[in-house]
Amino acid sequence: MKNRPLFLKLLSAAVVFGAWEIAGRVPISYAFPTFLEAMTALAQMIFNGSIFVAYGETLKPLLLGISISAVIGIGVGLWIGLSTRFEWLFGPIFIVMQTAPLAALIPILVMVYGIGLTSKVFVVCIMAMPVIVLNTASAVRNTPASIKDMAKSFMAKDRDVLLKIIIPAASPIIFSGLRLGVSAGFIGAILSELKITPTGVGDIISYSRSIADYPSMYAAIFSIILLAVIFLNLLEKLENYLFEGNNRGYVSD
Amino acid sequence: MVMSQTSPAAIKAAPSALESAVSVRNVSKNYGDVQALRDLSLEFPKGELTSLLGPSGCGKTTLLKIIAGLLPQSSGQIEVDGKTVTGPGPDRAFVFQDFALLPWANVLRNVAFGLELRGVAQSEREAIAEKYIREVGLAGFEKKFPHQLSGGMRQRVGLARALSVDAQVLLLDEPFSAVDEQTRRKFQEDLLSLVENEKKTFIFVTHSIEEAVYVSDQIAILLPRPSRVSEIIRPTSFRGKGVDNIRRDSEYLDIVDEIWASLRSYVE
Repeated sequence: MKNRPLFLKLLSAAVVFGAWEIAGRVPISYAFPTFLEAMTALAQMIFNGSIFVAYGETLKPLLLGISISAVIGIGVGLWIGLSTRFEWLFGPIFIVMQTAPLAALIPILVMVYGIGLTSKVFVVCIMAMPVIVLNTASAVRNTPASIKDMAKSFMAKDRDVLLKIIIPAASPIIFSGLRLGVSAGFIGAILSELKITPTGVGDIISYSRSIADYPSMYAAIFSIILLAVIFLNLLEKLENYLFEGNNRGYVSD
Repeated sequence: MVMSQTSPAAIKAAPSALESAVSVRNVSKNYGDVQALRDLSLEFPKGELTSLLGPSGCGKTTLLKIIAGLLPQSSGQIEVDGKTVTGPGPDRAFVFQDFALLPWANVLRNVAFGLELRGVAQSEREAIAEKYIREVGLAGFEKKFPHQLSGGMRQRVGLARALSVDAQVLLLDEPFSAVDEQTRRKFQEDLLSLVENEKKTFIFVTHSIEEAVYVSDQIAILLPRPSRVSEIIRPTSFRGKGVDNIRRDSEYLDIVDEIWASLRSYVE
C-alpha cells in the first residue's frame, strides 16, 4: 500500500508526458516539440553544463526574493493578524500588490532600481509576498479562541501564546501561503529575466525562441517547473517535520 | 456531608458552615448594555464538587470564566483561598468543553503543556504527565496525536492536563457535553472517585440535570437574564451508597424532578 501513491504519481507523469509526446508528433504547432526532443535538449544542456551556469544566475534573485518574502511576509502577516490597526494600514497595500498587472509595472521598477539584481529581486518579492502576508494574517486572526484561552488559563505569557499557540495553529495556512508564494516567486524570477535583462534560464528561453530552437526552450521551461515541484516538496517535508500532528494524512506529497 | 431532617429531598445549604475554597461576592458582568450576571454571590466549599446548573444563556460559563480569570467582572470580587482573583493563577486549572488540545502536539506534550508554560524542566514535567496519563487511563497513548483519539479520550487528555498542574480548584466547563452517552456515564463515575481521591475543589458547569445531581455535593441553580442564584441544593443521602445505586435512589429522583419543576418555565 505504501508504494501506491508513488505508482499513481508515475502513472500520472506517464500520462502527461505521453500526451505531450503525441501532441508534439501530430504536431499541434510547428513551435511545439515532442517530449523526447525536449528531454534530449535538456540532457545536452546538462552535459555541456550550460543549464547549471544559467541556474547560477536565475537562483540568485529567486532564492533572495523568496527568502525576503518568507521572512518579511510572515513577519508582517503576524503583525497584521495580531493588530486590527495594521490590517487597516497594510492590508490594502498587499491586496493591490497581489492584483496589480506586474508586467506593466516592470518599466517603473527598472527606472528606479536599474536593470540589475535589485529589480529582479523586487519582481520576485512582488509576486511572492502578498499571498504569504495575506494568508499569515488571516490564519493568525482565525486562531481558535479556546486554545488561546487554554494557554492563558495555564498562565502563558504573551510570548508563549504567540510562539506556542498562534504560530503553530496558523502554520498549515502559513505554509500553504508559502507554497503559493514560492510558486509565484518562480514565475516572477523567469518573468524578470524575460522582461528586464535576459540572464540565466530566462535567457535560454528567449534566445532559443529567437533561433527557433524550440526543444531547448521547452527543456528550460520544463526544468524550472521540475525545480519548483522539488522545492515545494521540500517545503512540505519541512512543514511535516516541524508540526507533525498538524498532518492529518491528506496532505499530498 | 451535611445531614439534616428538614427536607427529605434536599436542604438549603448554610454555606458559612463549610470552609470555602472559592468565594464569589456580588459579582456583576455587563456586555455593553446586556447584563449577564447581576450581583451574584456564591460559596464553593473546599474539597467538594459544586455544579452550576441552569438553562442556556444563564451565564454559568461566564461565571466560570470570571472565576478562572479569563474574563474580567464588571464589579464584585472573587476570592480563591482568601486571595483576590485578578487573572489566571496557579491555584486554578480549567477543563474545556471542546477539549482545547494542541493538534500539533502528542498526548504527552499536551498533558505536560500546563507545566511547560510554568517553566518546569522537560524530564520533570513529562514524568508528572505520564503519571496522570496513567491515572486517566490513557497509558500507551503518550505518542498519539489528538486526531487519532476518540472524543472521550481527548477529554481525558484535557483532564490529565488540568490535574498535572496540581491546582487546588478545578474548573470544568461542560466537560462531558461533547462525548457520547456511554463515555459520559463512565466519566461521571470516574469524576466521583476523582473528587474522593484528589481532595480538590471542583466547579462543574453543566446543562444536564441528571448529571448535576449525580456528581455534585452542592448544586447551584442559576436563572437567566440577568443571571442570579435562585437555589442551592445539597443532596445528602445517596452519596455513600455506591455509584451503581445513585440513579435509583429516591432522593436522587426527587431532586431531579424538583430542579426540572423550577427550570421548566425558563426553557423556551
